[in-house]
Amino acid sequence: MIGQNRTVLAALALLLLVGCGAPAAGPSAERSLILATTTSTQDSGLLDALLPAFTADTGWQVKTVAVGSGQAIELGRRGEADVLLVHSPAAEEEFVAEGTAGRRRLVMHNDFVLVGPASDPAGVRGAGAVEAMTRIAGSGAVFVSRGDDSGTHAREDRLWESAGIAPGGPWYQETGQGMGATLRVADENGGYTLSDRATWLSQAGSLVVLGEGDPGLLNVYHVIEMTTGAGERVQADGAAAFADWILGAPAQEMIGDFGRAEYGQPLFVPDAGKPDPTG
Amino acid sequence: MDVLLDGLVEAWRLLVGGDADTWEITALTLRVSLTATAVALVLGVPLGAVVALTRFRGRRVVLAAANTGLGLPPVVIGLFVTVLLWRSGPLGAFELLYTPTAMIVAQAAIATPVVVALATVALHQVDPDFLVQMQGLGATRGRALLALFGEARLPLLAAAMAAFGAVVSEVGAAQMVGGNLAGETRVLTTAAVLATSRGDFALAIAFGMILLLIAFAVNLVLTLAHHREPARP
Repeated sequence: MIGQNRTVLAALALLLLVGCGAPAAGPSAERSLILATTTSTQDSGLLDALLPAFTADTGWQVKTVAVGSGQAIELGRRGEADVLLVHSPAAEEEFVAEGTAGRRRLVMHNDFVLVGPASDPAGVRGAGAVEAMTRIAGSGAVFVSRGDDSGTHAREDRLWESAGIAPGGPWYQETGQGMGATLRVADENGGYTLSDRATWLSQAGSLVVLGEGDPGLLNVYHVIEMTTGAGERVQADGAAAFADWILGAPAQEMIGDFGRAEYGQPLFVPDAGKPDPTG
Repeated sequence: MDVLLDGLVEAWRLLVGGDADTWEITALTLRVSLTATAVALVLGVPLGAVVALTRFRGRRVVLAAANTGLGLPPVVIGLFVTVLLWRSGPLGAFELLYTPTAMIVAQAAIATPVVVALATVALHQVDPDFLVQMQGLGATRGRALLALFGEARLPLLAAAMAAFGAVVSEVGAAQMVGGNLAGETRVLTTAAVLATSRGDFALAIAFGMILLLIAFAVNLVLTLAHHREPARP
């Protein structure tokens, strides 16, 4: 009796699962591709502006997974994403050299800014990026790092490396979170941090820009198409459609206009077809 | 303080103003969490009954496992389910990752141990002689079991509420297996996290308020339900 009941219940549970699954899987099953990208493109709202136009033009639905550049590349490496939009050039070149990715093309750039409290306790205002990092480490002022393998974190690491400093100790704080959360921690703790300009513009708090314009602060985004070399389920045709579309004139124009109305300056500069500053 | 007030105003505006996105997110939150709770009940109550009423080898191990499950971090479950559902994973062929179904699977996995553990306690609390007495009075084993569930209905209801509470408020697994896709897998918790990372605190608080409201509404319905006299056969 009990045995029978259990069988019936198990069957019911299975029915319930299947019943719920069927309608959910329906609409997303056709021509849908996975875009792994950085939190900055999602948090700035750029993708909300671009993706509906892409879907209207090509019929491809896009599932955006917004993570750090490091994790996005890892998803690509495992064949879990079809196309990447990332900003971590050194890691990207290493990844493309492995051979499972297809074309990697320049999409746009903006820049990183070194931000901190207006009182500037380490006296970095006007210094070059590397010199500023050296002064922060030397003064013991708080520096807040994302510490999350994102493109921004990778850039920060490179600046420390150029300065010959291995950051650590009580003045160096790692949030392990996205740019917005890290900016807020820096703001609350009176610390410095490295931010992409778009996120800083949208949620600056009381932090001010203390370093900008250094060539070492260029923030370059590439689109990388994945191939079936990374996994047989990768939709290479969808990846190519997305990459071609975002490099096309209408999308590039949308990128150049994005943010102008709200912030008085565009958040990203379209770069399709221009020479690649990262080679 | 301004942010909290703005959040309240925003929640009111979104709900009463009939903001389509907000209603969609709220409906998906309810659909996913209620389904996951139902699955957890269907799987967990019979398991709890078996653990409470029978003696078998490994019974204590099952109970200990369920009790561990009570405190299992949802993000760990999310990670397990993600790896299972990856394209390269054992269930990759079903292409379930980043769908509501994946969220239901993860949430059911979170809630089932909660139900097993609490149902076991609930059924234990009834007089151990109850089943014997009922059968002594001429009830079939099935009837006797039904009557037992009737006796334990209040703590069983508490198990259902605890399971629902665990999944509706959960963000780690929902974010990981759902991906927080706009219009597809965005629920109130992941929407609140996104609004926070965009610096839109009032909107984040508004989503939080709506979450509280529906959690309260569901629990209210369940609480009122147990004041009704159960239909006896």
